[in-house]
Amino acid sequence: MSQLPDLICPAGSLPALKAAVDNGADAVYLGYKNDTNARNFAGLNFDAKTMAEGIRYARAKGREVLLAINTFAQAGRVADWQKAVDAAVDQGVDAIILADVGLLDYARNRHPQQRLHLSVQGSATSYEAINFCQREFGVRRAVLPRVLTLAQVEHVIKNTTVEIEVFGFGSLCVMNEGRCWLSSYACGESPNTVGACSPAKYVKWDKQPGAMETRLNGVLIDRFGDDEPAGYPTLCKGRFEVQGETYYALEEPTSLNVLPILPEIIKIGVRAIKVEGRQRSPAYVTQVTRTLRAALDSLRDGSERFHVKPAWQAELAKVSEGSQATLGAYNRPWR
Amino acid sequence: MNANFTIPKFRLPAFVASLGHKLPQWPHALALVAGLNAALKMKLLPERELELLEDKLFRVRINDTGGEASYTYRDGMFRPVFRPTREPDLAFAANLSAYLQLLARQEDPDTLFFNRELEITGDTELGLIVKNMLDAVEWPRLPRLPLASH
Repeated sequence: MSQLPDLICPAGSLPALKAAVDNGADAVYLGYKNDTNARNFAGLNFDAKTMAEGIRYARAKGREVLLAINTFAQAGRVADWQKAVDAAVDQGVDAIILADVGLLDYARNRHPQQRLHLSVQGSATSYEAINFCQREFGVRRAVLPRVLTLAQVEHVIKNTTVEIEVFGFGSLCVMNEGRCWLSSYACGESPNTVGACSPAKYVKWDKQPGAMETRLNGVLIDRFGDDEPAGYPTLCKGRFEVQGETYYALEEPTSLNVLPILPEIIKIGVRAIKVEGRQRSPAYVTQVTRTLRAALDSLRDGSERFHVKPAWQAELAKVSEGSQATLGAYNRPWR
Repeated sequence: MNANFTIPKFRLPAFVASLGHKLPQWPHALALVAGLNAALKMKLLPERELELLEDKLFRVRINDTGGEASYTYRDGMFRPVFRPTREPDLAFAANLSAYLQLLARQEDPDTLFFNRELEITGDTELGLIVKNMLDAVEWPRLPRLPLASH
């Protein structure tokens, strides 16, 4: 059995960061309180002071802090993104997670010693793209988009010396990562431009007798019966009428959960497993980190007899969007 | 608190709610506002986000007790509103167990929302501000009782 991958957990606040560290994350990832990161929601994220405290807390327990600057520098404001990179280096984060090649170039030239990771938003799905980022920007790790099968992930790993990080748990969307403009179609703003998909100011939940309606900038995107599970109010998870039938035409609200294929993920040499959810509360971070830590630790001794405990699955199913989980693209037959 | 203590999901019998509707609602509002103001006094709530709550009307409804409380934030204090004359800017509705699980940081609001155990209506962005503000609070730990003698 290969080396156990690092468990990378989300932190939208200081209490969430501490919950991740206390429950067994090897590293936490976080962002600044602005549009340089793709979870730019009101009240979420870190300023210089809380980040310094978070870094201190993680370091004291031997864990790493990764900073996501994973949106694309907007025209006329490139300096804002460059300043975020400089600030991250000054704060001494272990790595900066970048998506924008212009920023990767800036970081590489200005701060040659800084460890850089290629964000999932960088949308690199082939080893050629990843090796390019290694050659040009010295990228040490790449986070793979959630569109590859397990065999394709293995193919990438075999053809690069860049560490490979994959998603292990969390909400799924259409996964056109770094290139999705669906949110802009309804409200003129999307993760790549303002750092948020379906910003909350455009979202309205209307309680109707027997149902709840979800509207995004006035556009009706779903209607839930009283006992139906709900999802995030994004266009890709809306139900639409297509040729006379109303259904989830793009994507059902669902969560990725790789527990059933954890031994295979380790075997092919994945270096790190990431948990989605910087927008979630400390309670979620505690539950998911604890569960994945227990599953990973059960494989620590090279045990080949891995079995997924029902209690782990129940804990993860509870916090899942749409209350259902899939293996996503990992086990799809497509190529 | 014992770290292994968990609050179960429960729903009070329907007669509690029908009784609750008949009781005065001001004690709920007073208790809630007193709690929030205590957090203010300890400077646990960030000023930048507090400014965004100014003059907003909030309503918290507990479905299975039939209780509800309305309050607002004005001039640096949370204040109960006993007879609201307009629809709230932000309204929460859930059973008592869901609120207790949230307060104890045992469940995440998104989880309760996905499972339809928590309802949020009104200004969604305001809801997100409140949620993230409370998530970011570092509640002080209760001092350990000196049980062992030195």
